[in-house]
Amino acid sequence: MSEIVPPEEERRRIEVKSIIRALGMLPVLILLAIGFQLLSGKFVSVNNLSIVVQQASINIVLAAGMTFVILTGGIDLSVGSILAASAMIAVIVSLIPEYGMLGIPAAMAIGLAFGLANGCLISFLKLPPFIVTLGSLTAVRGVARLMGGDTTVFNPELPFDFIGNGTLFGIPWLALIALAVILVSWFILRRTVLGTWIYAVGGNQEAARLTGIKVWLVLLFVYGMSGLLSGLGGAMSAARLYAANGLQLGMAYELDAIAAVILGGTSFVGGVGSIWGTLVGALIIAVLSNGLILTGVSDIWQFIIKGLVIIAAVALDRYRLQGGART
Amino acid sequence: MSTARNDQAPVLEMRSISKTFGPVKALSDVSLTVHAGELHALMGENGAGKSTLMKVLSGAYTADPGGKVLMDGREITLGDPKLSKQLGIAVIYQELSLAPNLTVAQNIFLGTEPSHLGITDRRSMDAKTAPILKRLGVKFGPETLVAGLSLGERQLVEIGRALAANARVIVMDEPTTSLSTRETEQLFDVIAGLKEEGVAIIYISHRMEEIYRLSDRCSVLRDGSYVGTLDRDELNAATLVSMMVGRDLSTFYKKEHKQFERSGDPVLAVEGLGDGKLVHDVSFEVHRGEVLGIAGLVGSGRTELARLIYAADPLSVGAIRLKGDEIRPRTPREALSKGIAYLTEDRKGLGLFLDMSVSENVSMCVIERDAGVFGIRNFAAAAKRAAGAMKSLAIKAPNARINVGSLSGGNQQKVLLARLLEVGPEVIILDEPTRGVDVGAKSEIYRLIDSLAAEGLAVVMISSELPEIIGVADRVLVMREGTIAGEVTGSPEHPIDQERIMALSTGAAGGELAAASAADKTNHERTAHE
Repeated sequence: MSEIVPPEEERRRIEVKSIIRALGMLPVLILLAIGFQLLSGKFVSVNNLSIVVQQASINIVLAAGMTFVILTGGIDLSVGSILAASAMIAVIVSLIPEYGMLGIPAAMAIGLAFGLANGCLISFLKLPPFIVTLGSLTAVRGVARLMGGDTTVFNPELPFDFIGNGTLFGIPWLALIALAVILVSWFILRRTVLGTWIYAVGGNQEAARLTGIKVWLVLLFVYGMSGLLSGLGGAMSAARLYAANGLQLGMAYELDAIAAVILGGTSFVGGVGSIWGTLVGALIIAVLSNGLILTGVSDIWQFIIKGLVIIAAVALDRYRLQGGART
Repeated sequence: MSTARNDQAPVLEMRSISKTFGPVKALSDVSLTVHAGELHALMGENGAGKSTLMKVLSGAYTADPGGKVLMDGREITLGDPKLSKQLGIAVIYQELSLAPNLTVAQNIFLGTEPSHLGITDRRSMDAKTAPILKRLGVKFGPETLVAGLSLGERQLVEIGRALAANARVIVMDEPTTSLSTRETEQLFDVIAGLKEEGVAIIYISHRMEEIYRLSDRCSVLRDGSYVGTLDRDELNAATLVSMMVGRDLSTFYKKEHKQFERSGDPVLAVEGLGDGKLVHDVSFEVHRGEVLGIAGLVGSGRTELARLIYAADPLSVGAIRLKGDEIRPRTPREALSKGIAYLTEDRKGLGLFLDMSVSENVSMCVIERDAGVFGIRNFAAAAKRAAGAMKSLAIKAPNARINVGSLSGGNQQKVLLARLLEVGPEVIILDEPTRGVDVGAKSEIYRLIDSLAAEGLAVVMISSELPEIIGVADRVLVMREGTIAGEVTGSPEHPIDQERIMALSTGAAGGELAAASAADKTNHERTAHE
């Protein structure tokens, strides 16, 4: 077959397509914001937007970890349970006099440990990620309940409560942490060898192995990262609530995190996607929840509408990029 | 042989069919006529457009406007697989499309199950399958699970499916590629039977012997265009090859690198290599500046051998020596770092990252080497490598940022080769380096192999295409049933003997060899007596 350099027109079409692709779901986010403003008249205010960002922040952190995992073609269903266990540790450690601040590193350490445990099973025993993390979803939930003796642990004097409720230069700490996580994730994914390897493993795992990429390291890293960020999410959520409960906290959080990643245009089979997309996806979910409350939609209908919007948005995305995207 | 074929209108006539994919013209103005009871062979290099033409026929692709397809002299519209099926056109692809977990009957009637009120009537399905299987002369019954059938038997089930649909034109795309000799014979018997019943067959194959034996006529495609049709009595290898290649063969292959000198120490030597399954007791040596060919039939263990050396699969016995030192790489990563590179035969499945750019693909093996502290990527280095590779290998791509998946097969292959060359290997094992590559890129790859050898690399080239291996390699090892069946060497005066390779790979030379060694033995005994 002969090689022909695409003519000018063709090239412009490809460029437009790549811009559309880069923008991803941003237009949907903006349309939703405009829509809710028109419907409620209260959406766009400093106060409300700050609430939206705070609500989104924990999911952004979890979804960032989930992005790493899904980029390799895997899935991490255990993030909600890990968040619960980490939040328990964070509150329990915060009760130690003088060393209360250690609650944050403790939460992250336990999250990392659970994440690495997932990673080892997937990387070395070559078990399917869905099964492994489905197992740890249940097992870690049990651990979280065990830690507090199946009760809610409180610390009204939480030493790191500023994270959950304070601001820095008027910006909520939660939002700052979420933004920092996004920036660090972007740096790892786009500026390091490890990041390139993550895309390569997701694109074609066997080719990655034959190319000399340490596939085991990549898998260990992404599940460890997801666990670590779930741990951070646990600390954030403990800081917000001054309490943690192994039974209820973080329930079904994995679903919102996965939804955010998929809304962000990351391919479910791996290899294609970006952390910015995930940020937009998580914001769409937060804006939807917030906007539906503002417009006075009942709790039951909120669920139904949220679910449908997620499906519609992804369907639209696939339709728009037909031929270009592979899921 | 064929029944009065020119008296009546041809069963199928394709007139000036064209098909473009974006900027690429896969077919231009191709015409093909097939009569009832005729076997019409279709030949052409990979990428010549055979598969595209067949996909137009099966309705998988819609041809560009302007062409015409006639059946029994009446114009028909194609473009829907269901419609093609109804018209009586069946296509049997190389990758069979059977569901292994279902029975033979279920597969034959897949999608057209006889049913009452939506409930499949298995009994009538089995009853309808039985006569079809009888026509095919097979031993298994309608209720056999396809999973338990050999590849050859599965092929026959595919043909059974075509018969169940009352196909009048059956297209077979390299049907014998993975069949044993006995299965091939059985297939040929079935084909003869079909012809007698007036079924027209379009037969795509690369194997000359099959073309000679079966075809009534043979058409050749090249670079998406129709070259010509030969009648049975006009068939001969030289004409066919020159029609396919479109140029004189002597300039197509290039062997200008200085023939290696055996005296030096080998770069790579393997001894008694085996994996306990498909490869056993393989020993050979490759020298600097040498191109060693490995021939053999599909399934003879060539790829498995290469993967053992590259540590892609675990080695169970044997030793690998690199420049005299024994090495035992446990992963491809270690093999690469020692200087052994392996080009996979399946570049899309096992080689390239199709969603990543040319630049990333070229530099993937060396990004760690280029990276700064904490593994921070050096994109300038990657861009430089990509630009260098695109220039030296003549990779045709608009820029290095474009996804590799959007390039043609030949350019994809060059990207994969470039990746390996960036590592600076001592030994490079090329597994079917020109598979799925167009003719132009093929000769460029041959030139590249030649220049790599000239630069002092040891090249091992696995290939199923005999002209290619003879044209490029200095000597050829032939594999059969997992081990080396023999070596064929050549010299400028006496080129490597193609028939000898064929004989070794099929085992035809086995008896002769045994006889020779027996004669040798008696000689020895005689000398001992004297």
